[in-house]
Amino acid sequence: MDEERELLDCLVRNARESTDDLARQTGLDPETVESYIDELEASGVVRGYQAVVDWDRVDDQHVEAEVELNVELDRETKYDDIAPRIAKYPEVESLRLVSGDYDFAILVTGDSMRDVSRFVSEQIAPIPEVTQTVTHFIMDTYKHRGVQFVGDDEDDRLSISP
Amino acid sequence: MKVADRIEQVPPSGIRRFFELAEEMDDVISLGVGEPDFSAPWAARQAAIDSLERGRTSYTANRGTAELRDEIARHVRRYDLSYDPGEEILVTAGASEAVDVAMRAFVNPGDTVAIPDPAYISYVPSVTFAGGDPLPVPTREANDFVVTPSDLRRAGAADADLLVLCYPNNPTGATASEEELAAIAAFAREHDVDVLSDEIYAALTYEGRHTSIASLPEMGERTVVVNGFSKAYAMTGLRLGYAMGPPDAIAAMNRVHQYAMLSAPTTAQYAAVEALRTCDDAVEEMRRAYDRRRRFVISRFEDIGMPCFRARGAFYVFPECPGDDEAFAEELLREESVAVVPGSVFGESGAGHLRISYATGMTDLKEALRRIERFVDDR
Repeated sequence: MDEERELLDCLVRNARESTDDLARQTGLDPETVESYIDELEASGVVRGYQAVVDWDRVDDQHVEAEVELNVELDRETKYDDIAPRIAKYPEVESLRLVSGDYDFAILVTGDSMRDVSRFVSEQIAPIPEVTQTVTHFIMDTYKHRGVQFVGDDEDDRLSISP
Repeated sequence: MKVADRIEQVPPSGIRRFFELAEEMDDVISLGVGEPDFSAPWAARQAAIDSLERGRTSYTANRGTAELRDEIARHVRRYDLSYDPGEEILVTAGASEAVDVAMRAFVNPGDTVAIPDPAYISYVPSVTFAGGDPLPVPTREANDFVVTPSDLRRAGAADADLLVLCYPNNPTGATASEEELAAIAAFAREHDVDVLSDEIYAALTYEGRHTSIASLPEMGERTVVVNGFSKAYAMTGLRLGYAMGPPDAIAAMNRVHQYAMLSAPTTAQYAAVEALRTCDDAVEEMRRAYDRRRRFVISRFEDIGMPCFRARGAFYVFPECPGDDEAFAEELLREESVAVVPGSVFGESGAGHLRISYATGMTDLKEALRRIERFVDDR
């Protein structure tokens, strides 16, 4: 396992670790950690740092929906031409091309179901290449980005054992 | 009720007192835990559940299910070990049972069993219960507490009947290199000493690869290797281990095991088969998490100024502490609510050290080390 990959694993686990703590865990010195991180950011390997939020525990209204999108291509229009137009909307949380029954899987967020529905029908559906949308509202989240939101992970070990 | 003399001979574990102290207190961060903080891989747990749903709740063969012994034989080839699942493998209720059964199977009253010191706490009592004489072999920090032929010679282990080894080691976290093991093996062959090699932490080796002494020339015939599922697969509570050795040794151990235990827990055996078949990735994931913590902890002890040799296995480090280790550990617990195990619990050579387990999440580890730092600075 090379050092950069090791560092990446630490960041994926917890991007808030201090440089010093990252250095201790990887066995690198802090300056090397900093320069690797600079490299990872500059080369676009690391695209950003975000919190994993359980929105159900926040008072604010927060609605998410997965939207399946079918598009029609022609000689002049490819997936890469359509994608940036959809990605630019701030409501679009993620946009990915997938295999299977539909083309794009997008994650849309809004303040209410009405908000999200309106966005899909008024902004996404009218795009000329879009032939069909299917919206799935997220009802509950059990695990997100590797973090489990449910389950009993209480430490029930004896405080001292041989 | 009258209690047998040999029981009175064995004092209660020194860990017990610290356990009771720690249990009385609130908000203790414990670095005294000798088991993983992970749960068993989900696939293994699911296999246990499936076996229960299918009603697999009977005894198994004394030696364990044929399926599991086949998987074990396949698994240990990675350590250059080759055992016949029919005659050379015994599945036990944890590696602990394997150690106890081995002592009862191999030790005659008055036989001497050499045990490098410091050592895991159950070796000495299991020798005593079997009627043998434990011979502690002091080891030295200069060698990371790995026993050497001269340690063995000095302690009189040339006359021993059996030598117990445990690498990667509890409590020190030390691993033994192939060269170090070869030197011990040469001693064992020269003086005709058999070896019981407890390799329960084999999968948790961080620099280099694990070598089993049984894989060295002419050692397979005089060595019983003990391993299990508790540490690598985070299955401590399922109580499953195994012993591997020459057919006559395993037959002897099975003689004791069949009367004492009949067979190892059935549900656990189903979980173990799945663990061996599909959980290598999960083990690797845990191993890497331990490795990050290991490097973190060693680096923090350097800052704090407590000398700590670079442990390369298990999930322990064994730093030196200023003054008496028992007093240090007790004060640390009372003042900073951090539980550790004093090194002297594991034998005289462990005195002046602490066993620090890093089988604890990073958040707690960081906080515990902050507290230790404050405690040391205030002294």
